[in-house]
This record gives sequence, C-alpha cells and structure tokens, in this order.
Amino acid sequence: MIELIDIVKTFNTKKSQIKAVRGVNLSINDGEIFGIIGYSGAGKSTLIRIINQLEKQTSGQVIIDGQDISKLDHKELLKSRQKIGMIFQHFNLLWSRTVAQNIEFPLEIAHVEKNIRQEKVKELIKMVGLEGRENAYPSELSGGQKQRVGIARALANDPKILLCDEATSALDPETTDAILQLLAKINKELNITIVMITHQMEVVQKICNRLAVMDDGKIVEQGLVKDIFASPQNSTTKRFIQTINGTDVEKTRQELKKLYPYGQLVRVSFTNNSDEPIIARAIKKCNLEVSIVNAHINHTSSGPLGVTYLHVSDGDDAQYEIFIKALEEKGAKVEIL
Amino acid sequence: MSWLNDINWDQMFTAFIETIYMSSVSLFFTIIFGLIIGILLFVTNSQGLIVNKFLNKITDLIVNILRAVPFIILMIILIPFTQALVGSMLGASAALPSLIFAASPFYARLCCIAFMEVDKGTIEASKAMGASNWQIITKVLLPESFPALVSGACVTAISLISYTAMAGAIGSGGLGNLAYQYGFVRRNDAILYTATAIITLIVLGLQWLSDYLAAKIDKR
Ligand SMILES: Nc1ncnc2c1ncn2[C@@H]1O[C@H](COP(=O)(O)OP(=O)(O)O)[C@@H](O)[C@H]1O
Ligand SMILES: [Mg+2]
Repeated sequence: MIELIDIVKTFNTKKSQIKAVRGVNLSINDGEIFGIIGYSGAGKSTLIRIINQLEKQTSGQVIIDGQDISKLDHKELLKSRQKIGMIFQHFNLLWSRTVAQNIEFPLEIAHVEKNIRQEKVKELIKMVGLEGRENAYPSELSGGQKQRVGIARALANDPKILLCDEATSALDPETTDAILQLLAKINKELNITIVMITHQMEVVQKICNRLAVMDDGKIVEQGLVKDIFASPQNSTTKRFIQTINGTDVEKTRQELKKLYPYGQLVRVSFTNNSDEPIIARAIKKCNLEVSIVNAHINHTSSGPLGVTYLHVSDGDDAQYEIFIKALEEKGAKVEIL
Repeated sequence: MSWLNDINWDQMFTAFIETIYMSSVSLFFTIIFGLIIGILLFVTNSQGLIVNKFLNKITDLIVNILRAVPFIILMIILIPFTQALVGSMLGASAALPSLIFAASPFYARLCCIAFMEVDKGTIEASKAMGASNWQIITKVLLPESFPALVSGACVTAISLISYTAMAGAIGSGGLGNLAYQYGFVRRNDAILYTATAIITLIVLGLQWLSDYLAAKIDKR
C-alpha cells in the first residue's frame, strides 16, 4: 500500500516559486492499477517522482507498506528503490548496452551474482516477448520494443510497485494497446501495484481500476474508473471523459434536442453487470411511451459502462417519478436533460 | 634525391621516438587527470549528482586559468616545479609536467561537455533503480559518453603533439626540436620539411584512428 499524506512540493527557481503539488492525499492499494490523469503541468510527474523520492517533497509523508520512506537514510533509500520499478515516456535505455545488458543493469546495481543475473534476464526477455532481440542495441529497436526493454528492466529486481510516467505517450495507438496489455498481464501474474500517469483517457479506460484526476497540483476527483466515467463531477474530469467516443453529454444532448424538440430526454447510465432487462421493466411499471434514441457501451477494466438516451414523448410527473425510481433501484444513474 | 643525404636518419628516428614518448606519456596522465577533473566539474554542478557550488566554482576557475595561460609561458612558470620533480630541465621527460598541466584542463573541459551530452533520462532511470553515485559514474556516465571521450582524447593528443614541438624549442627534444634546431637555425631544409611531414603524418593518423574508433564504438 502506498499512502501519500498532505504532499506539497514547491520548486524555488531564481525568478519565482512554482507550486507543483499542493496538498495531495492518496492511497493506492496493493495489486491495483491506479491511474493519475491530468493535463501537462498538472504536477503528475512531480508526484510520481516523490513516490520513489527522486524528488523530495517540501512537506508531507510518503508511506509505503507502513514505512515512511522519506525518513530512510541514503543507503536504505537506494535499497528500497530497487523494489520500486519505473518506466518512462522516452524509455531512458542505455544506448551503449544491448537489450540483455540493459535488463541486466539493475541486477548489477543490486550486486546480484552473474549466473543468477543471466537466468533472470532470460526469464524477463521471455516475459516481455523480446526473444531473439537479446543482442540488439536500443537504436535498432522500435518504440514498442524499447518500452518492452524498459518494462523488463523495471521488473528485474522483483519490485512490488511499478511507476509508469507517460509510458505510452510516445507510442502509436496499436503499440500503446500492446504495451497496456503487457502491463495488465504483469499486474495479474506478478501481482504488482501499478501507478500509471497519463494524459490519455483511453489508457485509464483500458487498464486502470481506480483513477485520480489531477489539476493544478491537486487531486480534484478520484474513485473507481467506471464510476467516474458514469458521472464525472469536476470540469477537468468531464473534459477528459469527453475525449472518449460518444461520451460528450452536452454534444449528444444538443443533437438529440434537434431531432426531438418535444417531450423529455433522459440519460441513463449503468455500471453494473446484470442481465436484467432494467429499462423494459421500468417502462412497464410507469406506462410511459419510451423510445431508445442513442446508446453505447464503454468497456473499462472495472466493467462495462452502458449509456442509453431515452426519449419520452408524453406523460405526467408521477409517471416520471415511478420510472426514475424503478431505474435507480437497479443501480442506474438517471439524468433528465 | 641528394637532399636525403642531408638528413641524419638516426637523429630523425630518435626525435620521432622522443615525440611519441612525450605525447603518449603525457596523454596517459592527461586522460587520468582530465577525467577526474571533468567528473568533478560535472557532478558538482547545479544539476549534478552531488551539488557543491563552492567546489564547482574553484575547479572551474583553476581550469579556466590554466587554459588561459599560453603553453610556452606555462612551461617557464613550471620550471622550478619540473626541476624539483624531474631533476632537470632538458630532455623529453622534462617536458612532461608542463604538457600534462596544459592538456589536462583542456581534456577536462571536453570530458565535461561529453558528460553533459549524456541523456539526463538515463541518469534519472539509474537513480530510480537505486544506483549509487559511484555506480552512476562508472556504469552510466563513462560508458554512455565513451565515444565522445575517445574523440576528445584524440583531439587532446593532437594538441599535445603541437605542444611537444613548442617544448622542443626550449630543449626537450623531439621532432619539433629537431626541426627548429637543425632545420631552421642551421638552415637544413631537408630536416625542416621531413620533421614537419612526419608530425603531419602522425596527426593525420590520429585523426583517422579517431574517426575509425568513433564509428566502431558509437551504438546510437
Ligand atoms: N525541477 C523543477 N524545477 C522547477 N519547476 C519544475 C521542476 N519540475 C517541474 N516543475 C514545474 O512543476 C509543474 C508541474 O510539472 P510536472 O510535475 O512535470 O507536470 P506534469 O507531469 O503533470 O506535466 C510545472 O509547472 C513545471 O514547470
Ligand atoms: Mg510529466
């Protein structure tokens, strides 16, 4: 478990003071994939670098498995960093070393014996799917392959935590998917906690369990990915969610209003995974004339999120109330547009 | 080809060996001192591994002063030091201290530039892996800047060869000394041009070696 308590980071530059992180509280559970999303300059990189103390916080505490790591002495800190892997947007591989030697590097740092190192390197190369490329130099690899080396290297000392700072931002969409799948596999098979920093909502949608939205050094919203997708509260969150296909509520509303100038438009979103015909039953109860005018499903790693837009041409308030209540009882979120 | 008879080839060969001796021994020490000073400059700078403003400024100042002093003057200033160390002011060995003093700050500067070129991200990644400063220097900084360090060493070697020619003027032997004492002072054109040609060939050979090595070791 990673606990960040009242983290503040202020950079003092010659000209000014930059408050990169302004009081962040977060706790990240063992084995989950936790996403931190935010625009450039929001303070995400600073925050993740505080987790492994590449950056010392101005105030606040970083507690990993009950241990306050800002209180460790230098030697202990170096040791604990071996158990926190990190991957980067630009991979940061050593170009003077081959793939195998790059992966071996953290093992050398940890003073692991040579024959054990080589065993481990073989195992890791297999895990990330780079068989046959052991003796290639980074300059001979594609971006996706470079990130695979980065991942293998980060896993070499069997970390419990993997920090990813924009790990897919330099990759094309297909390669991004492949890398995300690899990360999801690692998370499952090795039970490693993954902290993912990104500015891409698709990344969060595809593999994160929980999400924190960061804006101007603060966490403005956090929760399960599917809940945040279903009903984002903060305006920054909303803007991010709108980047995903079909989730721009305001745009959809305007389009539908044009098509259906009369009657009521209702947006119903479901996050639970049930086979029950929820809408059909609710319609029966209230006796309203309801038609489905738009619907889509977004698949998040914490389950599908279904959104349905309904049009009701006629009816009184009592009927609406029954209808909405029937839907809400089944865990759906209802908004009248 | 009668002009060839104007040359004492034993003398020419001895001078060649002296030049090679002075250049290679001073290059050896220059690389050692230059690397140490270069690392010191790099790690203590404001974004370095062990930020130390005071040490950085002092080292920087010494390097700049030594580089500003013309070689010929440096040699004169160092006469007492050389005499104490080598016991004489004549001969190839006597040129070594001033050669090393002149070239080390130059190479240190080249090393520092080479280290600056190392991707900050790789140093950051190494820190994240728990590497100590010593491990970062030996396993990241030096190997990642190796091609630049090698070509810097070749540039330094070429400067050292021209310094040895100057050192020759005050009696340290070598091809420069031969060209000056016999070629110029005694008006023996054959010696003057032959010694010059040999020095030129050495420099060209070094440059070729430098390009060859750079292509071979650079995996970027
Ligand atoms: N070493 C530093 N010195 C000064 N300012 C910094 C430093 N690192 C980051 N910042 C500033 O802190 C803010 C947050 O940066 P960062 O954490 O990199 O944001 P993000 O990763 O979300 O894009 C930015 O305004 C950035 O300019
Ligand atoms: Mg960033």
